[in-house]
Order: sequence, then structure tokens, then C-alpha cells
Amino acid sequence: MTTAYERRPVAAADTPALRKKLDTLWETSPGFYGWLATVDHKQIGIRYIITAFLFLIAGGVEALIFRLQLSWSNLHLLTPEQYDQLFTMHGMTMIFLYAGPVLSGFSNYLWPLLLGARDMALPRLNALSYWIYLFAGIVLYSGFAFGFGPDAGWFNYVPLAARAYNDGPNIDLYALGMILLGISTTVGAINFVVTFLRMRAPGMSIDRVPILIWGTLTASAANIFAIPAVSLAFFLLWLDRNVGTHFFDVGAGGSALLWQHLFWMFGHPWVYAIVLPAMGMVSDGLPVFCRRPLVGYTVVAVATVATMVLGFGVWVHHMFATGLPGVSLSFFSAASIIIALPSAVGVFAWLATIWTGRPQFTTPFLFFASFIILFTIGGVSGYMTGSVPVDWQLTDTYFVVAHLHYVLIGINVFPVVGAAYFWFPKMTGRLMDERLGRWNFWTMFAGFNIGFFPMHISGLLGMPRRIYTYGDGMGWNWVNLVTTAGSFLFAIGVLIFFWNVFVGLKRGKPAGDNPWDAPTLEWATSSPPPPYNFAVLPTVASRHPLWEDRLQAVGERSVTAKGLVLDKGREALGTTPLDAAPNIILKMPGDTLVPLCLALAMTVLTAGLALMNIIMAALGVILIAAAILAWLWPQAVLGETAEAPHA
Amino acid sequence: MAAFSTRAFAAPLQYLTGASARAEPVVWLTWGVLLISVGVIVIIAGLLLGALLRRRAAAEPRALMPDKGGYSWLWIGVGLSTLALLFTVVWTVVVLAKIQAPATHPRVIIEITGRQWWWQVRYLSTDPRQQFDTANEIHIPVGQPIRLKLVGGDVIHSFWVPQLAGKMDAIPGQINETWIEASNPGDWTGQCTEYCGVQHAKMLLRVVAETPSGFAAWRAHQLAKPQVAAGHAVFESHCGNCHAVRGTAADGSFGPDLSHLMQRHTLASASLPNDPVTLAHWIADPQSLKPGTRMPQVALTGGERGSLIAYLESLN
Repeated sequence: MTTAYERRPVAAADTPALRKKLDTLWETSPGFYGWLATVDHKQIGIRYIITAFLFLIAGGVEALIFRLQLSWSNLHLLTPEQYDQLFTMHGMTMIFLYAGPVLSGFSNYLWPLLLGARDMALPRLNALSYWIYLFAGIVLYSGFAFGFGPDAGWFNYVPLAARAYNDGPNIDLYALGMILLGISTTVGAINFVVTFLRMRAPGMSIDRVPILIWGTLTASAANIFAIPAVSLAFFLLWLDRNVGTHFFDVGAGGSALLWQHLFWMFGHPWVYAIVLPAMGMVSDGLPVFCRRPLVGYTVVAVATVATMVLGFGVWVHHMFATGLPGVSLSFFSAASIIIALPSAVGVFAWLATIWTGRPQFTTPFLFFASFIILFTIGGVSGYMTGSVPVDWQLTDTYFVVAHLHYVLIGINVFPVVGAAYFWFPKMTGRLMDERLGRWNFWTMFAGFNIGFFPMHISGLLGMPRRIYTYGDGMGWNWVNLVTTAGSFLFAIGVLIFFWNVFVGLKRGKPAGDNPWDAPTLEWATSSPPPPYNFAVLPTVASRHPLWEDRLQAVGERSVTAKGLVLDKGREALGTTPLDAAPNIILKMPGDTLVPLCLALAMTVLTAGLALMNIIMAALGVILIAAAILAWLWPQAVLGETAEAPHA
Repeated sequence: MAAFSTRAFAAPLQYLTGASARAEPVVWLTWGVLLISVGVIVIIAGLLLGALLRRRAAAEPRALMPDKGGYSWLWIGVGLSTLALLFTVVWTVVVLAKIQAPATHPRVIIEITGRQWWWQVRYLSTDPRQQFDTANEIHIPVGQPIRLKLVGGDVIHSFWVPQLAGKMDAIPGQINETWIEASNPGDWTGQCTEYCGVQHAKMLLRVVAETPSGFAAWRAHQLAKPQVAAGHAVFESHCGNCHAVRGTAADGSFGPDLSHLMQRHTLASASLPNDPVTLAHWIADPQSLKPGTRMPQVALTGGERGSLIAYLESLN
């Protein structure tokens, strides 16, 4: 069979015959095989979201258990060791297995739809990223399931995490699981960057992409630079523990602080990586319910990137009490305070959008609007810890616990739940219940503030973090009791959310293509979208393709009903990085088990290293090589086709 | 502000007041950034409520508003934020410079080693005869700066007596220096604030500030060898590998130096009161009071236990 490597696609109208043809080309195979082999970004995205929510439940239950232990002084519900494993698992689960992946899930689902594309640029890499995430999560939980959970905190400082003070498989499983998870995040990040550069609809220049795209792009670029630091740190730790190296062994000339630098060089950028996409969701979703475009698109996009760039220069604020010299403290202190500026840009842009708009009090709007005040509270407490002399008091107290939960729940969970209400109709074709939605919102909002605001007070009263109990005379009894009560109320709010998802799936009202009358491309296709997303590829003339008629009387118009037809196999359109001019026809892979096999092979290697079983590890390496060979095996159907030069 | 009584809060680790000239500028800065923060929250909450509830002319609910206006919010909001942030940076650097080093040269230098899960305390002196060890309770003279040298004895710990100064980590392989000062006689609680393992929660300490003459008397008493009393043989054979009592065969350094145990008000790293009942309980079953503590349950006959406790109670 010969393939024509140069061809000019034709523009035509969307027809039922075309849709039928595309269906046969793009549909995932039925049954269990299809479930394992799919590379459809929508299925992978939903899988990511469901898996992340399962981890959210696990991390939440862990927290509720130790909140009971802390609800009054001198309780004995848990042993110290159980408490330590629970708080370590809670932190690790929420930060690594929920907060990042849930955003990857939404972005995976939404990106091609927002960009007017057929799929992510690298669909097999997308499947690989999900499978590795799932298996890394299982590895990270495997020790805990047998009573050997990591117990040195999610930050896992040495020497406490070194063999001398922490024997047993706990830390080894944590280290290897994190290295595996790092591969998942890295390949996912690469996929987003490539998709941004090559898959935008014709006409969607970089100043026309939704802010969510900026958020995920910025986070992904940061992850590519940040993850090597933490993967290296965990690998060196694993070597220290199992091979006898001395990177962190002070007695043999190693350094204990090296761990903290490597960990936070990753850790602080990661904090921004798990909030910027969520802020992007608000920037895109909130204006829909204010019935106007976002105020200050360009400044918000620039602020997103600026936050991330500055985010690489503040890691030392996690280490203000480690005895670093005064000059570097002053520098990092100033940077940690000034980083509030790009956040202020966002806050005032959202406020101005509501003020000059006409708010509609839907459930997603309640979550998005409340996020502004939660973000402000988490922001100012962060600003306080940026000031070194104040931080020397605040650090490692519950004040920081309050801060980080306002940041992570306020900026991640609230926008994510809002986004779930907002995009659920697109994903399922049904609306979630609004009345239940209000109950959901107010329970979560009240529970969260009752549970977490008092932590500021226990922190100011000096309660240290990570203590399994405290004395009666410390003055922390009542404030902890309120915190525990609030955290249970918050958990009930989250349960109402899951109940509403269930109700929506069962008997939600049919949504139609665009239930919120929103302006972006995902609402131009059906709900749920067909496997190929768009039958004919849309052309974009502004930031708000579906609002153009009403926003501007004259001018260029985006076209969604008619466009390039790519139907000679699984095809997608590649466009130029800045202007999004079409220049290549990309051949996209279909169902394949190779990503799953590669992820399994990597897990075999991980398990072999965890058990120090050389044969198993060697088998893992061989399987990895075989899977990569199968992945790269040349296939004629994947030959790309250049578009013929325009006349 | 510092005139507030610590007792008023009944929270010994609070730091909204301070007990020394060193703590004072930090207390002001803490209140300053706290009030700025509360102000920002109130303003943003007010603007948000205003934006949500403001009356608007009736319109078809799905009608779109034009894409214009609102930019003045950005310039004004970001402009004011910049001023507040720059002001904070300057104030921070000023306070940092002020507390970096004491005004006068410290004459008392204490080396504090964080151990799992207690504090080893050594009063340093160029004259070895003037040097002595104690644990978990630090005595200082009022009105003069005290230099602290912090060392990590095993894992990382963090030294914190909030009424006197902010935290400084005790990290293996490096010596971190800080200083404290107390304006008036008093008794302050501290706690380890770097997670250091299963008994991180019960790694407290006390700082007792005394008049210079009171401190001198305490110091002289610490330097004196305790009297050898009945029961020392039991101590030496069962406890001496880990604990030291100066002038006896017991010279272990794995656990706290107990030379003048009865001078201390607390046991088990300031987590238990030092009274005869608790002391007996602690020796009989340390794991029930502080699960995971490195102190083992030592097998003793009834007679041995009685003479051991009598001996410990003689270590004045």
C-alpha cells in the first residue's frame, strides 16, 4: 500500500455520512480489550478524574481518623506509629495522587476539545501516563496496606528517612513509587506542551487560547524542569538505603540539607503546578456565569507564567530555620513576598469580572466565586510566612497547616468541584442537580471554614505540626475540637458531591450541546462528544468563538459547522506553534495495549527493586525494552502527511 | 504588647507576646503582617460581596455584557498590593538586621543537641572544669544575651521557645547558632518543631530565667558532684550504660545526664512532672508513658527498684 505524503485536505460541511465514517475510524473497540487499549483522551481523562477522586477519599478518611485522635488532649485512639503513617499517607495521597492527577484528568479531557483538536498530540503517551499513575499509586499504597506505610512525612527528610533511623520497606516503597510517578507526570507534561504547540485549531493563535490552557501549559513546563530534582532525590535516597552510598549520610561526608534543597526545588514549583490549572478553570468558567469575557485576559495569562517563573525562586522559604546565611534569607524572603503580586492580578481580574458582569448563581459559580475569598485567605497567610522573622515563629505550626489547606482545598478542591459541575454535562450529556448542588456547596464551604480556619488560631497559640497528641495545659483543646467537627462536616459536603454525581448519571436532565451558553469550542460539539470530537475541524477567529455574534457586530467569524475534513484514517491536523496555521496531517494511533504493557513492565522493575530481587528487576528491564520496541515499530499508517502548499 | 501576661492566653507556646528585647520587634512585625492580612481579607470579602449583590438593571438572563471596563480594578488593586508588599519587605529586612546578633557579646554559651526524643544541654567553657551537662531544662540569667549552638545528635530537630525567639533547626553535621534573652525571671516552655519520629510530640523543654545571682548559684550547684548515696550500685549496674551521674561509674551518654535530677521540675523531655509517683511509674514502664521512647523497661527486683528510686531522689 502506498501513502500519499502530500495532500490538500478539503473544507466541507459536517454531514451524517462523514460522521458515520469517522465513527468507524475513531471508536474505541468494544469490551474489555477496548477498555485496556483505548487511547481516547476523553476516556483517559475521565479515568484520571475517577482515580484521583478515589485517592481523595482515601486521603480524606486518613485525615478524619487522625482528626479524631487530635480532637482533645492526651487521646489514645492511635499509636504514635499509626498516627505517623496516617499523616504521611494523607499528605502524599492528597499532594501527589489527588491534586496533580485530578487536574491532569480535566486537562486531558478538555484540552483537545478546547483547542478544536481530535486528540492529544501523543495519545499513546497519554495512556502510558495514566497507567503509570495508577500503578505508582498502588505501589505507594502497597506498604501501607501491610502496615509498612511511609512514616517520615510526605517531605521525607533525611536522616529520619535514612536506613539508620527507618529500617523496613516503608521508605523504599515510597522512594520507588515516587520515581515511577515522576515518569507519569513527566510524559504527561511533555504531551501537554507538544499538544499546545501543534494541535490548536487553525486561527487559534496563542492569544486566543483559554486560560486553562495557559495554566496547564505553564504547570507542565514547570514539571519538566522540577520533577528531575525530586526523582533524583528519591533515587539517591534509595541508593543510600540499599546500595550503601552516602549522599545524605552526614557521618560519611554526605549532607542532610541536600535532601531539603532537592525536595523543595521540586516541591515549591509543584505547589504552583497543582493550583495554576485550577485557577485557569476559574478564569474560564467564572466569566460564563458573569455573562461577559474575563477582565484582563492578557495580564492574567502573563501573571500565570510569571507565578511559575518566580515559583522556581522561592523554595528556600521552606528552609528559613535551617541556618542559612542572612543574605540568602533576605533574598528568598523578598521573592516569597513579591510572588503575591501575580496572584493579586488574578484576584482583581476575577472581582472585576463579577462586578462588571451579571452573575448567575449556579452551583459551579458558587464554587468559583467562593474560591476567590479562600484563595485570598490562603494567599495572605502565605505572605505572612514569607517574612523570615515571622516565619521563624509560624513555621512548623498549625498556622502553616491552615495556610496550605486554604491553598490546596481553596485553590484546587473548590475549583475542581466547580469544574466538575461545569463540565459534567459535557462529559455525560446530563446536568447535575442544582438544589443538591447548593447543599453540596454550602456544606463544603461551611465545613471547610469551620474545620480549617481555627487552625490559624491553634498555630498562633503555638501548636506544632505532626504531633500525635498534646498536653492538657497547652491551650489547644477547644480549637482542635472545632477543627475536628468542621472536618467531618466538610467530609459530608464532599459526600453530597459524590451523591450528586451519582444522581446526575442516573437521572440528570439532558444537557444539550451548550447548557451554560459558554463561549469556547468544547461547547460547539455534542455532549458527550463523539470519539473524534469534531467532525469537521473548526476555524477560530477570536477568544470566544460561540459568543462572537453578540460581542462584536462586525469582524471575522469562527466557523464550526464547516471546516477541513480529515477522514483518510485516524487523522488530526498539525498547526504552527504561534499562529496556528495548518501545515501537516498527523496520523494518529488507534487502540493499543503497548502503553499498558510498558507501564506494567516498569512496575515489574519497581517491584523487583523494592524486593531487592535481581531476577525480577532484570525481567522488568527486558520487558521494558520489548515494550519500547513494540511501541516504536514502524507502521505505515502512522506516516504523517504534509499539507500541500497553499496557492 | 509584651506587657500582656503569657498566662492570659493559657497557651504556653503562643508568640503573640514576647518576653525579651529580642522577641519584641518580631512580635510587632507579626502583629503588623497579621493586621495587614486581616485588612486584605476584609477588603476582598467586601468587594466580592459587593460585586455579587450589587443591583443591576433588569435584563434577559442570558444576555451578554460587552467586553469592556474593569481594567481600573487591576491597576488600583495591583498598585496597592505592591505598596503593601514592598513595605513588608523593608520591615522584614529591618527586623532581620535587628535580631541577627545581640548588642553585647554573650558570656553564656550553651550547646544544645537534639536527640530522639530529648535535649542534651552542655554549658560550654574554655575551662573544662567549668563545663557541665544537663538535659531538657535550661537555666539562663536575665538581662543578657545567651548564645546557643544547636547540633543534630541523630536526626533533625528544631529548637523553639516561642516567648524568647523563633525556631532554629538542629541538624546533624552542622552547628547552627542563635541567641536568646529574657528580660525578667520566668519559666518558659519550648518544643521540638521538626518532625523527628514517633515521640516528636513529647520532646518539650523548659527555659528558666533567673536573676544573675540565682543563676550563678544554680551553676555552682550543677558543677558540684552529687553525693554518693545508697543505691548507686543499682544505678551503675542497670542505668549507667546510658545515663551519667558525675563522680560515679555511671558515665553513659545515650540518655540524659542525671547528676542533679532533683533540680529539674520535669521528666521525659519536659513531658511529665518530676514527682516520686511519676518517677516510679516512668522507671517501671516508660513505654506506657512515652511509647517508643529509647528508654527500655529494665528488669528490677522490688528491692532494687526501691533503692534505685531512693538514689535518684537523692540526686539533688
